[in-house]
Amino acid sequence: MPVSKKSIMKSKLKSDNSPVASSLSRRNSSNGIRRETIIGWLFVLPALAFYLFFVIFPLIMSVRYSFFNWNGINEMTFVGLKNYITVFKVPNLFGTIINAFQLVIYFSVFPVGIGLLIASIIHRVASGKFGEIARTILFLPQIIPLVAAGIIWGWLLSSSGLVNEILRGLGLDAITRAWLGDFTWALPAVGFIGVWVLLGFCTLLLVTGINKIDPSLYESARIDGATWWNEFTSITIPLLKNEIGVCLTVTVTNALAAFDIVYVTTAGGPGNATSVPGVQIYILAFTQQRIGLASALAVLLMIMVLIVVIPIQLLSKESA
Amino acid sequence: MNKKRLSITLLSLVLLVSMLLAAATDAVVATPNCGTDPVVLNAYFETGFDLPFKLAEEFTKQYPNVTWDIKQDQFSNLINETPRLLDGDNPPDLIRLPTMVSFAKQGLLMNLDEYAKAFGWDKWSMAQINQNRVSADGIRGYGSLYAWGLNYSLTGVFYNKEEAAKIGMTEAPKTLAEFDDLLAKAKAAGLTPIMQWGSAKSGMGLAFPLQQLMASVGETTPINDWIYNKPGATIDTPSNLIAAQHLEKWIQAGYFPTDINAIEYTDAIARFEKGEGVFLFNGDWQNADLDKNMAGNIGFFLMPPATAGKNPAAMSSPLTYGIASKAKHADCAAFFLNWVATNDKARQINVTVGGSNPGGPDDAIMPEVAAGSITNETLAAGLVINKAGTAMDFIANATSAIFAQGWTPELQKMVGGKQDAAGLLKAVQAEYESELAQ
Repeated sequence: MPVSKKSIMKSKLKSDNSPVASSLSRRNSSNGIRRETIIGWLFVLPALAFYLFFVIFPLIMSVRYSFFNWNGINEMTFVGLKNYITVFKVPNLFGTIINAFQLVIYFSVFPVGIGLLIASIIHRVASGKFGEIARTILFLPQIIPLVAAGIIWGWLLSSSGLVNEILRGLGLDAITRAWLGDFTWALPAVGFIGVWVLLGFCTLLLVTGINKIDPSLYESARIDGATWWNEFTSITIPLLKNEIGVCLTVTVTNALAAFDIVYVTTAGGPGNATSVPGVQIYILAFTQQRIGLASALAVLLMIMVLIVVIPIQLLSKESA
Repeated sequence: MNKKRLSITLLSLVLLVSMLLAAATDAVVATPNCGTDPVVLNAYFETGFDLPFKLAEEFTKQYPNVTWDIKQDQFSNLINETPRLLDGDNPPDLIRLPTMVSFAKQGLLMNLDEYAKAFGWDKWSMAQINQNRVSADGIRGYGSLYAWGLNYSLTGVFYNKEEAAKIGMTEAPKTLAEFDDLLAKAKAAGLTPIMQWGSAKSGMGLAFPLQQLMASVGETTPINDWIYNKPGATIDTPSNLIAAQHLEKWIQAGYFPTDINAIEYTDAIARFEKGEGVFLFNGDWQNADLDKNMAGNIGFFLMPPATAGKNPAAMSSPLTYGIASKAKHADCAAFFLNWVATNDKARQINVTVGGSNPGGPDDAIMPEVAAGSITNETLAAGLVINKAGTAMDFIANATSAIFAQGWTPELQKMVGGKQDAAGLLKAVQAEYESELAQ
């Protein structure tokens, strides 16, 4: 193996403990680090430029607009915190935030909870071909655009839709209704569509996580006579905290910032029963031309998402 | 020599002045037009309605130097896009306008007063033209003209003749009480008395019967004042309360489909055409479709007044199109609008495809309509409304978001038993005031 002059020089310097040599070596390595850093930044730069331009810049602009009264066309007028006060004072606007938190139950708690159960069942009893098919079927909704999913579910949940037909077939005529037009059931119905969409994503992530858990842990638990439930609570859940954290982060963000499913299925109705901040921001900004108020609600929505998501992230990292 | 030079100079001066004068007179006399050079009109039309497309096609046939760059979008999207389109780098020469007051106030729409003078529109008597006027302080119905109608729609009550025969209806009801009787009979016969849409996505269709009831028990002027944003106007009036309570009674009596809050416009039409519902509150823009799918089985009447002898009233408004204040071919666009109202072929297309009154000069001849078409009935009803001067714009058009943020959610709540008549009017008035206070 040919040895280059450079490497001889390097090894010489390494073995040499003189102050000159060590300072040279430090300079060399710091040069290397600096070069690597520069190259690293060069790789990151294009994406960073896009991120700054398309995410950070609009974000800063939104924060700025939120302090102004502006119709998007004419002069802006500074109004201080007035827009923020309006959000809290107008019941319809504040009500959307309450609805968004209700959606968290459907978009996050159900998909993660049911996803955990399904993942653990697939892991225990159906890891072969059947497991693969189950995973694929569950993941399918994830690749369907949300708007298309909304339209399809709009039909399925209509008064003459498949859901009601099945209920009628089962003799449950009394509970059939136009699910998306019913004050009590519209939000749960929208939430159910969210469960359908997000369950596959959570299950897939959790199955992958379970497969990374050392099988010997399950084996020894089984030898000790652990039931499925013991395994689930003592091994699966604690060792899946990272994955659960990711699932919760994604689904909670989806719930709080929901727009497409709600806009396509109910547009916020009936009344304001399914109105969420995303839909209100859209109406305020584009229908009412109240860019300032829309921006204030958007900024509050962002803060709300961060308040909920940051603890989830910290908790899941802490335990990992 | 000097004298000769002077006289030549004078003569040329006289010639020049007379030429300039002639040119100036020409400029005044010649109405705006599309010229002879190639023109590409930049237009935004509403998806789902053939009329403007057919008119554009015919216009190019007659004026081959004019071609079209047509973009189309859903009405609800147009509501959101219009300010940016008008203010953008490629402002439309012609655009379907969902609302207009704010755009006129923001200087985005071209003032059409000069065109009105040039084409003689200011001499046409249709009252609905005033719906396209906006005053300097932002009140509709008065002041300068900022938009123009391709035609003038009419709203009323359609009925399924076979279903109506089942409840013994032989002629259109003449009073609200007679109409109430028919509705009660339909309910008793196990039929759906009124088919109407009501989902938030389509916008609440109960705004139609509500406004018809308002005009049936009260006068149209205060309703129009409210729509036109006249200072101090309110929708929360004693007579409107009676109308809203009447609608509430209809809802409680089960005259509308139980799933109305989830029914979209297109579904309501499809269900009505299949025979569900005796009556349908809608406008003549649906004529062509109803003629096609319910041939011979569809009838129309104006909403009857609460007291016998009182004039019937109806929502009747222009199919509004505007020209961007920065449009490149404003003259040609205005010429097109004038052509639509005055050209025989265009008027024929307007009635056949659009189903509505094409407007135009008072002495213009109404185009032929196929015998048996429902358009005959709506056009005849339109004449009654024009004569009585009881045309109204739509309460949904009072502000850009009053429909989405006021009428739709509050009427949906009324259907769900979560809002009463008084609360409905109060909530909508509050939303109206908050929007106008911006």
